[in-house]
Amino acid sequence: MSFCQARWARGGCLEPSIFELSRPGRRGAGFPKKLIARIKIPEKLLRGSLRLPELSEPEVVRHYTRLSQMNYGVDMVFYPIGSCTMKYNPKICEELAALDEAVFLHPDQDESTVQGALELMYRLERCLSEIGGVSKTCLHPSAGAHGELLGMLLVRAYHSSKGENRFEVVVPDSAHGTNFASAAMAGFRVVVVPSNDRGRVDLEALRSAVSGRTAALALTNPNTLGLFEDEISEIAKTVHEAGGLLYYDGANMNGILGKVRPGDMGFDIVHFNLHKTFSTPHGGGGPGAGPVGVVQKLERFLPVPTVEYDGRRNSYYLDYDRPESIGKIRSFYGSFGVLVKAYTYILIMGAEGLGEATEAAVLNANYVMRKVREVPGFEVKFDGPCKHEVVFSAEPLKRETGVTARDVAKRLLDYGIHAPTYYFPPIVPEALMVEPTETEPKEELDRFIAAMKEISEDARSVPEKLWSAPSATAIGRLDETKASRSPILSWRMYENRARR
Amino acid sequence: MTHHYIPNVQEIRGQMLREIDIASIDELFADIPSDVRLKHKLKLPAPMSELEVRRQIKSMLSKNKPFTKMPTFLGGGTWPHHVPSHVRSIIQRAEFLTSYTPYQAEVSQGVLQALFEFQSMICELVGLEVANASMYDWATALGEAALMCARITERRKFVVPETISQERLFVLQNYARGPAVRVVKVGYDDRTGQLDLSQLRAELDKDTAGVYIENPSYLGFLETQVDEIADVAHRVGAKFVVGVNPVSLGILKAPGDYGADIVVGEGQPLGNPVSFGGPALGIFACRSEDKLIRQLPGRLIGMTETVDGTTRGYAMVLQTREQHIRRERATSNICSNEALCAIAAAIYMASLGPTGFRKLAETCAANAEYAMKRLWTVDGLEVPIFDSPHFNEFTLRCTKPGVTVEKFNKKLLEQGVHGGKPIKKEFPELDEAALICTTELHTKESIDELVEAASRALEGSK
Repeated sequence: MSFCQARWARGGCLEPSIFELSRPGRRGAGFPKKLIARIKIPEKLLRGSLRLPELSEPEVVRHYTRLSQMNYGVDMVFYPIGSCTMKYNPKICEELAALDEAVFLHPDQDESTVQGALELMYRLERCLSEIGGVSKTCLHPSAGAHGELLGMLLVRAYHSSKGENRFEVVVPDSAHGTNFASAAMAGFRVVVVPSNDRGRVDLEALRSAVSGRTAALALTNPNTLGLFEDEISEIAKTVHEAGGLLYYDGANMNGILGKVRPGDMGFDIVHFNLHKTFSTPHGGGGPGAGPVGVVQKLERFLPVPTVEYDGRRNSYYLDYDRPESIGKIRSFYGSFGVLVKAYTYILIMGAEGLGEATEAAVLNANYVMRKVREVPGFEVKFDGPCKHEVVFSAEPLKRETGVTARDVAKRLLDYGIHAPTYYFPPIVPEALMVEPTETEPKEELDRFIAAMKEISEDARSVPEKLWSAPSATAIGRLDETKASRSPILSWRMYENRARR
Repeated sequence: MTHHYIPNVQEIRGQMLREIDIASIDELFADIPSDVRLKHKLKLPAPMSELEVRRQIKSMLSKNKPFTKMPTFLGGGTWPHHVPSHVRSIIQRAEFLTSYTPYQAEVSQGVLQALFEFQSMICELVGLEVANASMYDWATALGEAALMCARITERRKFVVPETISQERLFVLQNYARGPAVRVVKVGYDDRTGQLDLSQLRAELDKDTAGVYIENPSYLGFLETQVDEIADVAHRVGAKFVVGVNPVSLGILKAPGDYGADIVVGEGQPLGNPVSFGGPALGIFACRSEDKLIRQLPGRLIGMTETVDGTTRGYAMVLQTREQHIRRERATSNICSNEALCAIAAAIYMASLGPTGFRKLAETCAANAEYAMKRLWTVDGLEVPIFDSPHFNEFTLRCTKPGVTVEKFNKKLLEQGVHGGKPIKKEFPELDEAALICTTELHTKESIDELVEAASRALEGSK
C-alpha cells in the first residue's frame, strides 16, 4: 500500500497563515442587531484597533479544512503511540454530548433544571468507582495530570489531618513524567526507585526508599514497559506499613480493565483517563478528563461539590457541605461534555464489552511483540507477556546501521502509520513504545509488522532513506532546535522580528 | 459475540494466539496474582445497543431544561454565546477530533498551525506577544500564573482582589499550596467596588511575586485604576497579572497596553458551548521576555522551517520546560490540555474578525446597560450595587425585607425566567445579591421578560 498525506502548499509554505489570507472588509459572521442601549464605558477604558483576520465564512472553512487534512487522526490511520491508548472514538458519544440538553446547560442553573446532568454524573461516578474498586470518585479533574495533582493534594490533606509531616513521594524510574511533576507541584520531594532486571519495581530498593517521610508511592500498573507489577501486594504492604498511601496512575488501565482493579491491588487513590481507556477523543491534545477515585478513608477530603442522590425526594443534588474538603481544583464540576461521552461508552460496552476490549488489546500487543522481536534490529528487553503495550529497543539496529529509534518512528509515518512513542521510558535505550489497542484489526497489525521488517532491511541497504524520512507527509523534518532557540510564538512576534 | 468496536472476532483471535504459540487468552494474564484478581463480573449496567443507549441518555438528559428554553441570566465565569455552525462542524472533523497531541510535527501540521493561529489571535486580543496553546480553564491558568510569578521573582506572596470569584480563589489556593505561595486579599471600595489602592500599597513588599486583578471583575464592574495598579506592582518588582473575559476585549483596552505582564482568562466564550461548565479553555499569555517565556506552563507552538530551510512549518517548542522531559523540575505538570477548544476559538475569532468581535462585545455591553436601566425601575431592587462602569455583568440586591435572593430567583423560575447567580455565600457583605449576565443571546424581549417577572416576584412578596 502506498501512502501520501494531503499537502496544501504554495511557495515556501503549506497553507498560508490566516493573517496572510486576510482582506480588509471581509467578515465571516454577522451581528445584524442594533444596540438596544448606549454603552456607558469611559473613553479611557476603551481600546483602539483590534487586529484580527478578515475573511468570509467560506474562506475560513476552507482554510481550516485544508489544515485538518494535513493531520493524522485515529479515523484515518493506525495510531500505536504508547501510553496514549488511541482507540476508536465512537460517533454516538459525540452525538449525545452535542445534544442541546447537554451543551446549553449552565453550571449555576437551579438544580431542578439540571436533574438529567446530575443523574448522568452520579451514575458515571458509580460506574467508575466499581471499575476502579474504590468507594468514591471525583469527576472534576480535566486531564490525567490534573488528576495526579488532585491525588497529591489528597495525600497532603490525609497526612496533615493525622498531624504527620511526610514530604516524600516515591516514583519508579520508568514512570510517566507527569508523576514526578505532579508530586513536585504539590510540594513533595521526589524519590526515585529503580526497576529490577525484570522491568518491575525493585522491591529491595523500594524497601530502603520508604520511611516515615514517605507520603505516597505513585505507580502505573501495568507499568510503562507494558508489564504487570506482579509483586504489587508486597509493594502495597511495604508502602502501607511505612504509613504511606498508594497512588494509581490510570494511563495504562486499558491493559487490565475487568481483570483486576486498582482498589483490590491496594491502591488508595486512582485516576482514570477517560480520553484513553474510555474512548473519548484526544482532540489534538485535549480536552480530556481525569476523574480521581479514592478509598473510603479519603472520601472526606474530595473537592466540592460532589454529586449526591436524595432517595426520599428522588432527586440529585450538589453537596458543598463537606468541611474537610480540600476545596477545588478547577471551576465547576469537570468536563461535562467529556463525561457524557465516557458514560455513553461504558453503557455501550457493559462489563462484558470492557473485559473483551482488554483481552483484545492485550492480545494485539502480544501479537505485535512476538512478531516484531523476530525482526533483526529490534529486541524486547524483558520476558513474559506484556499487557496493553510493548516497548522495543532499536539499540541493535542503531549499533548495526546507525539508524535510530527516531528514524524508525519517522519512517513509519511514510506508511500511513503514526509513530510509536520513542525514547520513553528512558530506562530502555532506543525505546519504541507500541500500543495497538483493541480496535485495530489483525490486517493492520500485519501491515505494521511488515513495515518494521522493511525498515529493518532498508536500514542496511539504504539507511539515508531513513535518515531523511518522512517524505510522504505534508512536510519533512522540521528544525525544532532552531525553533526553540529563538522561538516565534505568534504572528505578532513573527512580524515584529521581521521588522527588526 | 464480539463487540462491534472490536474487529478481531473470536476466530481471528484464536488464529493470532496460535501464531504466537499462546494456548489461551488467560495465559496472557497469568502474571496477575490470583489474590488481587477480580473475582466477580463488574457490576455495571448490562451492555446496550447503540439504539438503546441513545434512548436512555436522551431520556435522562431530557430532564434538563436548557437555557435556550428559558431566558437565563447566568454568567460568572462561563458565558453562553452563539457558536456559529461552521465552528462546530470543523472541530468535528475527525482529523482534528481524533488526533493526539502533535508530537509528530510532520503529520500534525493542521493542529499545529491552528493552535499557532489561536496563540496569535489571543495575543492580538490581550495585547501581548506570547500565548500558550491552552490551560484547563481560567482558574487553573490563574493558579499557574501565581506559580510562574513566584518562580520568576523568587518571592512567595501573591496578591488578589477580594472581589475575585470564590471558585478561582479556591483553585488558586490549592495550586499555591505545594510551593507555599501565600495568597493575600486586598479589599475594595464599598461604593464603587474598585480595588483599595492604599490597602494594596500597604500590602506590597519585597516578597510580593505578583498582583492580580480581574477586568471586568467577577462582579461585573470595570477596574478603572489599572494604570495605577500596574505601577504600584511594578515598583516593588512584582508581576502584574490580569484575568479577563476575552469577549470584553472587543471594546476594552488590552491588558498588555496597560502594563500586564501575564494575562489569563476563560476562553470558553470564544466558540465553545457552556456545556454545564466543561470542557473550558484556559487562556495564558505573557510579555515577550526570555525570562518569562522559559517559565511558561503548558504547550507552546512555534513557527519554524524544515531542516533543509525550504518550507515554513510549525512545531511544539521549548519542550524542555515540560514534564515529559524535565520531570519534577518542569514548569508545570500539565500534559493534555484543551487543544480542540482552542482550535474552536481560533475559528471563531477568525470568523468574527475585528468588526464582528467589536459588535459582539458592544451587543453584550449594551444588553447589560439596558437590563440595568430597566431593573433599576423595579421597586425592591438595587441595581447595580456598584457605582462603576460595567461590561456585560452586574450585581443586583433584593432590598425588600424578607425577600432572600433565593426566594426571588425561585419566583422568577416559576415564571419561566432563570435569574442570576446568588452570590451571598461568596460575598455576605452584599446581602441578598445576585450576579446578572447578558450576552448577544439576550433580546430586548427576553430582558423585558426578566424585568416584568422581577416586578411580579417582588409585588407578590409584599
